[in-house]
Amino acid sequence: MKRVQFEHSAIPYLFVAPQIVIIVIFFLWPAAQAIYQSFLLEDAWGLSSQFVWFRNYADTILSESWLQAAGFTLVFSTLVTFLSLSLALLLAVKANEVIRGASTYKTTLMWAYAIAPPVAGLMGNLMFNPLIGDLYKFFNAIGWDFNHKLDSFDAGFVVVLISVWKQVSVNFIFFLSGLQGIPKSVNEASMMDCRSPTRRFWTITFPLLAPTTFFLMVINITYAFFETFGIIDTTTRGAPGGATNTLVFKVFQDGFRGADLGGSSAQSVVLMLIVLALTVVQFRFIERKVHY
Amino acid sequence: MRNWNWRLISTHAILIVGVLFMSLPVWVAFATSTHSAEHILRNGLQIWPGGDFLSTYNEVLFVEGGVMKAVLGTTMLKNSLILGIGFAIGKVVISMLAAYAIVYFRFRLALPLFWIIFMTLLLPLEVRIIPSYEVVSGLGLLDTHVGLIVPLIASATGTFFFRQFFLSVPDELLEAARLDGATPWGFFIDILVPLSKTMIAAILIIMFVVGWNQYLWPLIMTTKEENYTLVIGIKQIYQILAEGGELPQYQKAFALTILATLPPVLVVLVFQNWFVKGLVESEK
Repeated sequence: MKRVQFEHSAIPYLFVAPQIVIIVIFFLWPAAQAIYQSFLLEDAWGLSSQFVWFRNYADTILSESWLQAAGFTLVFSTLVTFLSLSLALLLAVKANEVIRGASTYKTTLMWAYAIAPPVAGLMGNLMFNPLIGDLYKFFNAIGWDFNHKLDSFDAGFVVVLISVWKQVSVNFIFFLSGLQGIPKSVNEASMMDCRSPTRRFWTITFPLLAPTTFFLMVINITYAFFETFGIIDTTTRGAPGGATNTLVFKVFQDGFRGADLGGSSAQSVVLMLIVLALTVVQFRFIERKVHY
Repeated sequence: MRNWNWRLISTHAILIVGVLFMSLPVWVAFATSTHSAEHILRNGLQIWPGGDFLSTYNEVLFVEGGVMKAVLGTTMLKNSLILGIGFAIGKVVISMLAAYAIVYFRFRLALPLFWIIFMTLLLPLEVRIIPSYEVVSGLGLLDTHVGLIVPLIASATGTFFFRQFFLSVPDELLEAARLDGATPWGFFIDILVPLSKTMIAAILIIMFVVGWNQYLWPLIMTTKEENYTLVIGIKQIYQILAEGGELPQYQKAFALTILATLPPVLVVLVFQNWFVKGLVESEK
């Protein structure tokens, strides 16, 4: 809030109204519906429904397929977050070091930000196509019996690789701007104190990047949870046998394909709680970082 | 001195490998899209462009039945543009107005409304996708631009960005404007909007890319082929490929991925500085 403000009147309500109306109709109402439906059991025709308390939760969350998806989501988001962050950090540090060609490197490393996840997914899908995909042939040629249609490890490898590829550029942009925000004097002082560039990085630069890294971790986990939907849907679609189902993909599958409204809503609510926890973590951290 | 040189060489080597890793897949997709279907099926992916660029892209963009049953590539391009631009403008206008009210006015419901807006950050569209679909279909908005764009605008990312920016605007501006007898609307239009020009541009660019790249929502929202965006068209062509047929049209699949990639990439490259500034600032 500002110290100086306009007087109390009806005007602010007019300004804020468009956003609030949209939120109520397209956000609060559907979210409330999701919570409500998660307590209902519908018959096969959707004609009658009955209030069943937490049965949908018990039925879906404790089911083997949900636990499998939860396990995969955990491994998947950890791998995607860790790998894309490390790769981006390495590239950002190197791009920050060079003088010659710095802007060319910067541009060519960040432009993939603009590519949609499903587009990246389809490209990857074709690269791993058994008929024409060179990556598919390459992996088999070097003695890896690679088949992402049948082997769950290989399928996981494909979705992790594409998801990491898609996410490196965002992380790179943030790391680079974080590195450029470190004052010159700090760098110069550290150069005098410590000759080894590797040690200098881990003792000076990396701790200074901690806020950026932490923030990016939250962004990346959210990405791995939600935005990778497009990648999964254009590559493995959960195959083989649900081994690459993420939780979001399963909500969609059960709700639209399987028409299990109650179960799908219960899964949605669980996901909401997970995002809520993530956001609380993020905002506690941001409060510490930003001072007005 | 010698040590330092080796270090420089390894730095460039790492960066070049990184650039290849990021760019090669897209280049291969482009090069392959310029070859004929037979050639691709026989020889796999291509690293050098072939001679079928014009015929393939012409067919994908302008020939009926080229990629989909009825819809042309240009129609999908148009739909994608409407989604990207409509989303970006809608988001900027609505979030600027809301942020203005929250920052510059003292009103009774300010805090609860702020929290309602804040809550939207907690629930991505993906987790409330089915009830959202039901609401939109209940309102008869399936297959319309309004039904496609407006629900996507509901989240508050833009509002928070503008709130942050308005808070950094010096208080003296408003004091001076009020001494000159400025109305709330006048202050907004004549002072705040011109002041936010760079920020508005940056947010427009980011939101255009975000809107263009929407996938799940347009996928369930559009039932008619003529409303497909390029990103959704990709999904369809993937299904066509998966179903097989006599000669898979790989070159068209690749051409479509290139077409879906090109506009947002161009926007990001042309407005690179604004885009980076907006992205880094907005996430603070």
